[in-house]
Amino acid sequence: MTTRYTTDHEYVRVEGKIGTIGISDYAQAQLGDIVFVELPAVGASLKKGDEAAVVESVKAASEIYSPVSGTVTEVNEALTDNPGLINSDPADGGWIFRVEMSDAAELDGLMDEAAYTDHTA
Amino acid sequence: MADSAEPDLLRTALYDRHLAHGGRMVEFGGYALPVQYKGIVAEHLHTRAAASLFDVSHMGQITVTGPDHATTIAALEALTPADLASLAPGEMRYTVLLNARGGIEDDLIVTRPAEGMEPDGVMHMVVNAARKHHDLAFLRSHGEADVAFDLRDDLALLALQGPEAAEILARHTDLATHLGFMQSGATRIEGVPVTLSRSGYTGEDGFELSLSAADAPTIFDLLVADDRVEPAGLGARDSLRLEAGLCLYGHDMDDTTDPVTAGLIFAIGRNRRTAGGFTGAEAVIARIADGPVRKRVGIRFEGRQPVREGSELVDAEGNVIGRVTSGTFGPTVQASIAIGYLPVAIAREGAAVTALVRGKPVSGTIVKTPFVPHRYFRKPV
Repeated sequence: MTTRYTTDHEYVRVEGKIGTIGISDYAQAQLGDIVFVELPAVGASLKKGDEAAVVESVKAASEIYSPVSGTVTEVNEALTDNPGLINSDPADGGWIFRVEMSDAAELDGLMDEAAYTDHTA
Repeated sequence: MADSAEPDLLRTALYDRHLAHGGRMVEFGGYALPVQYKGIVAEHLHTRAAASLFDVSHMGQITVTGPDHATTIAALEALTPADLASLAPGEMRYTVLLNARGGIEDDLIVTRPAEGMEPDGVMHMVVNAARKHHDLAFLRSHGEADVAFDLRDDLALLALQGPEAAEILARHTDLATHLGFMQSGATRIEGVPVTLSRSGYTGEDGFELSLSAADAPTIFDLLVADDRVEPAGLGARDSLRLEAGLCLYGHDMDDTTDPVTAGLIFAIGRNRRTAGGFTGAEAVIARIADGPVRKRVGIRFEGRQPVREGSELVDAEGNVIGRVTSGTFGPTVQASIAIGYLPVAIAREGAAVTALVRGKPVSGTIVKTPFVPHRYFRKPV
């Protein structure tokens, strides 16, 4: 299981062909209290860099871009009633959506944990 | 994603305190100010539950000086539609500055100093940060030659807001218990001269402290040292004022909005709605007679999705009929709330309205404001 990051602070955790996407702990701290999440539709086809979801704090709305291309297989319905999961548990309970990836090579263009830590330092 | 304050921004006297308390600094009205410390929602809720300390030193404090009280009041009444002649010493009033078309140049608070505080002929104003230089030029060009307007950059302004504010301040000054809402007086806190007023923009009971910028850090430290007080930033200030149904200049009204359309007729003195005698009077009196074409309303949306400034309001056929001017998820009401403008025929309490957010419809209902009841402390008459 590997996790890769974008420069925009999305992560994709890879298990086989499935990528689980959310935002980093750094990103949730920057955004502050999340009050609403607009989720993508299951079955939607996304290209790498497409706007896939919107995460909203009291102050602002932030677009979440898909780090990889693929088809949305699942969304985190728990965020509808409890968007604060993104703040309290961004890496696990606060995941946003899952895709079946169509091009594993795209992962090579993303940062690993160490590179991302440098990026946010 | 990360906002960082530009190095060339102005700083208030409390800049170092904001950093020391972990404030996330952003630009506002040309100043570097904290949008939040621990978090907007926590700061918002703490203000409604206990008391929060805000640095509002960026706002424009203007001293108006004329040869005597009657001359100063006459000059100010020519510039604003408020009934200022009836202000007793120590009383404050909310009003607006209007242009010739009746558009709002700014909203402001005018205070008549308490007995013995200032020489005869002196009045005080507090105006919006982003408008203070504009207002100063406007006041000077439209005002009387023998009345001077001075921007008091030597002063800081703190706001202590929340249900425990009075008890907290009462430990330092008896004046806190004597003032009612929209009353002001002079006191000393730990020896520091402070003009204390029972006012604010959160909908809660609270106070504003005008004092020398040099003394501001001492008083900030004294107040935050109280366990009941937490510092709060601009984010909470904005969500609190929105829940309180209070307008923000440049968003909920601007120089093309008249006070009748904006629902601010209370800012116009009763006798002055017919007598006039102020800049913009003709336009405003005509608007009162003809009635507004559109009206400012409060909207409560279904679900949690924030409907923000600029969102279009549409009718059942999808025609754009209005626009949201402020909106967010209200931490106390636990709902998506907004202020916006709609045609008067539609702007009725209880009417359904739909907003478009990123092209998708969000259903809402027009509701009475404030969204959260005001808890001002009004002294029994």
